[in-house]
Amino acid sequence: MSSTTNHVGKAPSRVEGPAKVTGAAKYSAEFNVPDLVYGYVVSSPIAKGKILKIHADKVLAIPGVLQVFSHENVPGLAWFDKSYKDDVAPGGSPFRPLHDDEVKFSMQPVALVVADTFELARYAASILDIEYKESTHETDIEAKRDDGHEPGKGKTGYKPPVRRGNANKGLAKAEQHIKQEYIHGAQHHNPMELFGATVHYHPNGKLTIYDKTQGVYNCQQYVTKVFGLSKEQARVVNLYMGGGFGAGLRPQYELFLSVLAALELKRSVRLSLTRQQMFSFGHRPHTLQTVEMGTGPDGALLGLKHSALHETSRFEEYTENVVNWSGMLYKCPDVHLNYQVAALDVYTPLDMRAPGAATGSFALEVAMDEMAYAAGLDPLEFRRRNYAEEDQNENKPFSSKKLREAYDEGARRFGWDKRPMAPRATKEGNMLVGWGVAGGVWDASMQKAAAKATITADGKLTVSSAAGENGTGTYTIMTQIAAETLGLPMEAVTFKLGDTTLPEAPVQGGSWTAASVGSAVKSTCEALGEKLLKLAQKLGDSPLKGAKFEDVEFVNGQIRLRQDHDQAVVLRDVLQTSGEREIEADSSAMPNPLTMQKYSMHSHNVVFVEVKVDEELGTVHVSRVLNVVAAGRILNQKTARSQVLGSIVWGISMALMEETVMDHRFGRYMNHNYAEYHVPVNADIRDIEVVFVEEEDPHVNPLGVKGIGEVGLLGVAAAITNAVYHATGKRVRQLPIYLDKLL
Amino acid sequence: MSGTSTPKSAGQSLPPPPAAPVTLRINGQDHHLELAPWTSLLDALREYAGLTGTKKGCDHGQCGACTVLVDGKRINSCLTLAVLQEGADITTIEGLGQEGNLHPLQQAFIDHDAFQCGYCTPGQICSAQGLINEGKAHTEDEIRELMSGNICRCGAYVGILNAVKEVVDKKSIALRS
Ligand code: FES
Ligand code: FES
Repeated sequence: MSSTTNHVGKAPSRVEGPAKVTGAAKYSAEFNVPDLVYGYVVSSPIAKGKILKIHADKVLAIPGVLQVFSHENVPGLAWFDKSYKDDVAPGGSPFRPLHDDEVKFSMQPVALVVADTFELARYAASILDIEYKESTHETDIEAKRDDGHEPGKGKTGYKPPVRRGNANKGLAKAEQHIKQEYIHGAQHHNPMELFGATVHYHPNGKLTIYDKTQGVYNCQQYVTKVFGLSKEQARVVNLYMGGGFGAGLRPQYELFLSVLAALELKRSVRLSLTRQQMFSFGHRPHTLQTVEMGTGPDGALLGLKHSALHETSRFEEYTENVVNWSGMLYKCPDVHLNYQVAALDVYTPLDMRAPGAATGSFALEVAMDEMAYAAGLDPLEFRRRNYAEEDQNENKPFSSKKLREAYDEGARRFGWDKRPMAPRATKEGNMLVGWGVAGGVWDASMQKAAAKATITADGKLTVSSAAGENGTGTYTIMTQIAAETLGLPMEAVTFKLGDTTLPEAPVQGGSWTAASVGSAVKSTCEALGEKLLKLAQKLGDSPLKGAKFEDVEFVNGQIRLRQDHDQAVVLRDVLQTSGEREIEADSSAMPNPLTMQKYSMHSHNVVFVEVKVDEELGTVHVSRVLNVVAAGRILNQKTARSQVLGSIVWGISMALMEETVMDHRFGRYMNHNYAEYHVPVNADIRDIEVVFVEEEDPHVNPLGVKGIGEVGLLGVAAAITNAVYHATGKRVRQLPIYLDKLL
Repeated sequence: MSGTSTPKSAGQSLPPPPAAPVTLRINGQDHHLELAPWTSLLDALREYAGLTGTKKGCDHGQCGACTVLVDGKRINSCLTLAVLQEGADITTIEGLGQEGNLHPLQQAFIDHDAFQCGYCTPGQICSAQGLINEGKAHTEDEIRELMSGNICRCGAYVGILNAVKEVVDKKSIALRS
């Protein structure tokens, strides 16, 4: 009999789907614990200065207002910076809410009003008088062009810019040469769910903290260190997250403020930020980039320079890897990369979907298009000629790389060979039609993660690990892995996540959850399988006697010999005759340092785009997108496809819509709402398609997965920009491409 | 730029309005609530009636996450006061279908993976039901256009379109036969 319990690689629907479509799934601000009181944050109207006085009396006199928290009355908390450092904090000194009278950025939380109802807290916050003394702020990166510095290595994962050979010499030999500047403004993650927390204050003083976060353990260690609590006193839970995209990697200030209020008032507290306040913390920084490259007669890249400058805050040194991808996506002997940051009076930027790479690949991939035209080569052919067979940054082979196959597959499906080289060659009525191509590379990472598995006598398996579910499909893929490892139907398996009472998992970011938590789930279920085999062998004349774990497989609810499928026992019989009520195992998984030393592990993609540009109106319509992704093994075709479809929407957004605009007179982002911060709606999205070129990768991790949450965004904005050039003959180098750039 | 800001207003603040009994008919059931008149329908559902399936994404009528059906019409529940809806028939996502008894739109959303994080989903589904009630959308372009009041930051628009189209098509087949 063939297997009915091979789930990995198939396309099952999300196991949490029914909870999400019926409204039963509980997000952080939805745990209606008894006797809640409500907080509302007051945000600073100035970007820099001092708070002179908080006139709380009038507000406190309103019946039902419980407290106004500010630096004037917060109790003594942890003193040292390191207590406020979370797992993913960059170098520097983290922002401490309500710490002192200093205002460091516009919309800084300066007070928290707590009242019996949400409506009352909001009203009281709206009439709270605060006197400020403003001082001169600087918020414009353009004014800091000569004022950047190369950052230190404060942030985990940051790699200093690569230099090899002599780029100037390489460029001097080039026959064709380009040098251009590429810019995009600040962008905010803007997940649909507002940041919020419900802190349940138990009679014994313990807290259950339902917080919007991508890392419950990260939040727990922050809260315990800042407020001097034990881990037992601060359980952090997040069962569903209404989108993160990086915004929830670090503990946000709703966590600090709601815990503060709960501890001080000895009450359960709910606090939600407003959409406007969602623009008061991390963002993708406004980045200025220059790319210079040159080619020889055959179109080979002879030299490449790429430099980037973006802002950080005055108190932390935020870094992301913007330029290094340019040293590894194409073969080039002489490379000089440069990366600088400059401090401004803004909040610290924060990793946002494919941080660094989304920015860098935009500049590199538009430059590659410009270079291809300068060299008289088809842009895809130009990329093929400079294909990187190995990672030149690290001087290592790739653990696997099927980007060439992705080029072939994409070109064939898109019909790329029918593309005329010249811009403005195709017209449909009023519409200029253009095709563009671009792509990218992203890290295939893995972090240490732990898991626990329990199987009960009725054959039901529960597996847990404190990972997150922010739309990525964690519940589903972990259920698939666990069910397949022990040969069970998916319905027999429950996966639990997002709770600090469960084994530790890393923050949900870096596209590493499938690799890290997935490997932990697999090894835990295997550990449980070994115990089950031992029990099976204790049965009277067990057909598995003497078999080693490697000799058996778990399929269709049975344990059977790999070599002879008839030698099998039914798992449920084993459990029932064993007399045990439940059997448990735990295990963990971590990256293998040896293979990491040997191989460069990365995912790649290539994106083909068709745009139609209205010549008179300058409007751009993205009529077709094909995103071909080579990211190892795909665990769930359905949820993986959705992640890449979502990334395409993000790329369209980045190319044509998204930008947080700063009014430097006030040092404030002005379009801080969903009406003026534009993201695509349904009518903006036409024919978009995803293809996976699967890679067999025995090195990357036990599951052979590379992660799929970020790579799909790469190249989309650049491919659209390149298609706009092909359609109109106009080269746009600043995103988003609003119609003024085309008229 | 520098200077000192002055207090916004001197003198007494207005006392907040007192709560009063309000009866809302939600999913066929009367809910007797004590609400201050400045409570939005959205907050009444989430914070007072315990129906957290309806989501808050902006509180300003900009995102559609809070969409519910009032007398069969889709509205943004953040843009109306609860007291104004006394006597109306309010349907929220919890009223459309439940686990084990899914509404065809809910099933279609699961089948087409028309969501990721799920936070816009109740609003999308209520909006789609409202759209079907309006009887307007038939083609893909019409559905895209008329579902554009509901933002999905996860970008699940392809799935949403296909899910809604499937249910719209089944409806029109059923109507014709
Ligand atoms: S919450 Fe009502 S439209 Fe956004
Ligand atoms: S599913 Fe996340 S916003 Fe739509």
